[in-house]
Amino acid sequence: MTELEIAGRVVELIRRLAGPDAQAEAVVTRADLALTRFANSFIHQNVAESGVGVRLRVHVDGRTAAGSGSLVDDDGLRALVERTLAAARLCPPDPAWPGLTPPSPIVASAVFDESTAFAEPDERAARVRDFVDAVGGLEAAGYCRTSYRSGAFANSAGHSALGRTTEAAMDGIARIGGSDGVARHCADRLADLDGAALGARAAAKARAAADPVELPPGRYEVVLEPAAVADLLQNLSWYGFNGKRYAERQSFAEPGAEQFDRSVTLVDDPLHGSAFPYDLEGSPRRALTLVDAGTTRAVAHDRRSGAELGTGSTGHGMIGASTFGPTPRNIRLLAAPASADAAGGGVGAAATGGTAAGGATGGGSVATGVTGAVADPDTAELLADVQRGLLVSDFWYTRVLDPKSLVITGLTRNGVWLVEDGVPTRPVRDFRFTESYPRALGPGAVLGLGRWSVRQPDRIDGVWWEAPPVRLAAWNFTGGASG
Amino acid sequence: MTEFDTASAAVQAALDAGARYADVRVMHRRYESMSARNGDIEELTQDESVGLGVRALVGSSWGFHAVPELSDAAARDAGRRAARIAAASARVPGPPVDLVPSEPTVASWSSGCAVDPLGVPLSGKGDLLVQATGTIREHGADLAEGLYQIWDTAKWFVSSEGHRIDQRIRECGGGISATSIGDGETQRRSYPSYRGQYGTTGWELVTSLDLAAHAARIAEESRELLTAPECPAGETDLILGGEQLALQIHESVGHAIELDRILGWEAAFAGTSWLDLGQLGTLRYGSELMNVTIDPTIPGALGSFGYDDEGSPAVRRDAVREGRWVGVLAGRDSAAVAGLDYGGSVRADGWARLPMVRMTNVGLEPGPHTLDEIIAATDDGVLMDVNRSWSIDDKRLNFQFGCEIGWEVRNGRRGRMLRNPTYTGIGPLFWRSMDMLSAEIVPWGTPNCGKGQPGQTGHTGHPAAPARFRNVRVGVRA
Repeated sequence: MTELEIAGRVVELIRRLAGPDAQAEAVVTRADLALTRFANSFIHQNVAESGVGVRLRVHVDGRTAAGSGSLVDDDGLRALVERTLAAARLCPPDPAWPGLTPPSPIVASAVFDESTAFAEPDERAARVRDFVDAVGGLEAAGYCRTSYRSGAFANSAGHSALGRTTEAAMDGIARIGGSDGVARHCADRLADLDGAALGARAAAKARAAADPVELPPGRYEVVLEPAAVADLLQNLSWYGFNGKRYAERQSFAEPGAEQFDRSVTLVDDPLHGSAFPYDLEGSPRRALTLVDAGTTRAVAHDRRSGAELGTGSTGHGMIGASTFGPTPRNIRLLAAPASADAAGGGVGAAATGGTAAGGATGGGSVATGVTGAVADPDTAELLADVQRGLLVSDFWYTRVLDPKSLVITGLTRNGVWLVEDGVPTRPVRDFRFTESYPRALGPGAVLGLGRWSVRQPDRIDGVWWEAPPVRLAAWNFTGGASG
Repeated sequence: MTEFDTASAAVQAALDAGARYADVRVMHRRYESMSARNGDIEELTQDESVGLGVRALVGSSWGFHAVPELSDAAARDAGRRAARIAAASARVPGPPVDLVPSEPTVASWSSGCAVDPLGVPLSGKGDLLVQATGTIREHGADLAEGLYQIWDTAKWFVSSEGHRIDQRIRECGGGISATSIGDGETQRRSYPSYRGQYGTTGWELVTSLDLAAHAARIAEESRELLTAPECPAGETDLILGGEQLALQIHESVGHAIELDRILGWEAAFAGTSWLDLGQLGTLRYGSELMNVTIDPTIPGALGSFGYDDEGSPAVRRDAVREGRWVGVLAGRDSAAVAGLDYGGSVRADGWARLPMVRMTNVGLEPGPHTLDEIIAATDDGVLMDVNRSWSIDDKRLNFQFGCEIGWEVRNGRRGRMLRNPTYTGIGPLFWRSMDMLSAEIVPWGTPNCGKGQPGQTGHTGHPAAPARFRNVRVGVRA
């Protein structure tokens, strides 16, 4: 059976067993996921998974329940339907049930690449080989992964949708004497991942990070590379642009208020990269502007949170949204407009399909400063006006202290450098920070954005964060590596 | 075909395709969760997942393939694919792989369960959450939340060395929380811990928590926190409640003693460890009060099992004895690399995930004191409990934790409530400063330990009790 046939069969079973008034929606997803992992410069874990999942939600006699299963033969589907109906009948009434998604046009998935969908383990291993060879004797660690998802949605209101998507990602570090350098890239096609270029970039940054000094904690001007900016986007998404948290007054977001610097425009844009064109409730997914030139415009909603606030769904229905809230998961921080002379000089040209690692091998040479710390001319341009500050590659283990003010603590990772008079002058040991993310990006706080964005993979395929490097007036480092 | 037959077919297919070792986990897992908000049921989810995962060793390279089918054909195909993936791994080969011996075992094991949690009527479970969250709202909190979760996992393990082990592990737990929202910040109180308490037990665990009896208290405390004074900044004596100390153990001991991290196998993601194998047996990890065990045999604790996911039997071992580091969490291949003679701590999050080194139950043995005695012996300090935030570096050294609630301790007495308590430190320095430890051990369960790529969620247990630490930096803020 195709995914759509399975979804239709589930909806039909509900109708047959619970009557014509029962409301039901079914999502069926087949997935082929593979991940080749390396450490100490060899492949130590190499996994692949073929799976299919059916997720069903029913609303019967005013009560709602959901269930899922991995068995899609007749017996498995029937068991799923029967147990979900039984659960619904035992549940308390659900007066806030928002109803099913009506028939709505769904655009086709833009991102699908046959060769990525059916990539062989040798193809992933070859990219790992290239990465390891390119680090020039340093230790290498990371992964190369491919994913292929094909799915269908159907509900008893007569709405249906189809989607399929592919994604490839590579994330690796090079290590020397306890100092690490990182390079990562998320692409629509495996062919766009250049293991050698990523390895060379990681190695250059690792060498530039060797023998770091410890600096005192305090407020420093910073240039955050795209990997670090991705962490800001994730936390803003989860705690800020989350429709449920917004409805509960737990979010900082105030639509209509100028809460960010005017250089900040954030768009959740799932169809810009690999994502299904519909959400878990069958609502169309489309670009949603969260922040427009510094002014908060929207938060994400599924049907339930959208109904509660009278805004409707923004296409963010997802597993767990009832409990944790609907969140944007494909946010782009729009880059500064590219100048004519900068064209072609970018290194993370995700929007143009370029490699994220070109700076290490192409136009990324930097005339001054610590060799290799600056990965590309885009970052070099942002650093040029920094009199004294820090260049930060990546953040790690960030956790919220207060969700409403979005005060976060975490650490730097994979390279920090002191910047003096526009160039990195020495590597610095990792810091702990405690910072309010909206405040750090607030009006007047953003001193510059890069002109080229790089798409960063998330831990889950289909989720990604895209940003250029960002220069911020201050970041609150509250401790050094020694405590 | 039985599950053992299916697993055996997959093992044989992997061997036929060139593997020199193969093992298979067939798993059937049922999961149920219910959440409530403000006196109403918010979500009920029931999942059922069945499949098998094959691990094959070809030469010195591993491969793994998982499928959601238990037919003979699907099992054999998965075995062949696992071997093919292993062969591809050899494009970037590592050192020779060996496995420490594991006695081929034919066995069956089940966790203890007095009341089948999936057998308890949904209406009763829902009433429990509705009543508790309703009470929280009535007592002034802006947001009342309740949650329970149940896992019922049957698994069958077969290896090419002759293991045939089936296990049934039932886990459940739950908790409630109250959130009050003020101007620009929120305050939360939870019971019995941030996400609740969990164990390898039946529904009797949830019943014993008596959630409703604590609903009013946490609601009132969450409101009171909004106007409580901020935790002062500076160095002071810190008393941690058992729930918070459990997470401290998890993050700064449990992960640090994972052998895969020590060997660098997690360097790019979860990170490494500050520990050096050359110091195993001699390194001073903490004060002499610090005795930490790795013990998957504790009845009812969340990290308990009969056999790990590569067939090694559950065995209690020392990790830290009188402050000295003496043991690690290991698997058969990592132990061989390290020159150790034991594995026993390898687990997989479902049939579709590769088994890897994970915590089991990693926790403290009881100390000689009580919490009351610790408070009475403290002239000037802060008592903190129930985790609110946690962050630690990739070597498991530099940590910062936030708790839901704190209290001043002055002249041996608990004083005013403090809001936004945080503390920070460096793992071994912190543990060496522990000078009082209570005997009031609780095996706290953590059902959300993330590790691995693709991601896996582990269930771990952490026996812990209140303890005092000297001269700790507290009150870090933005």
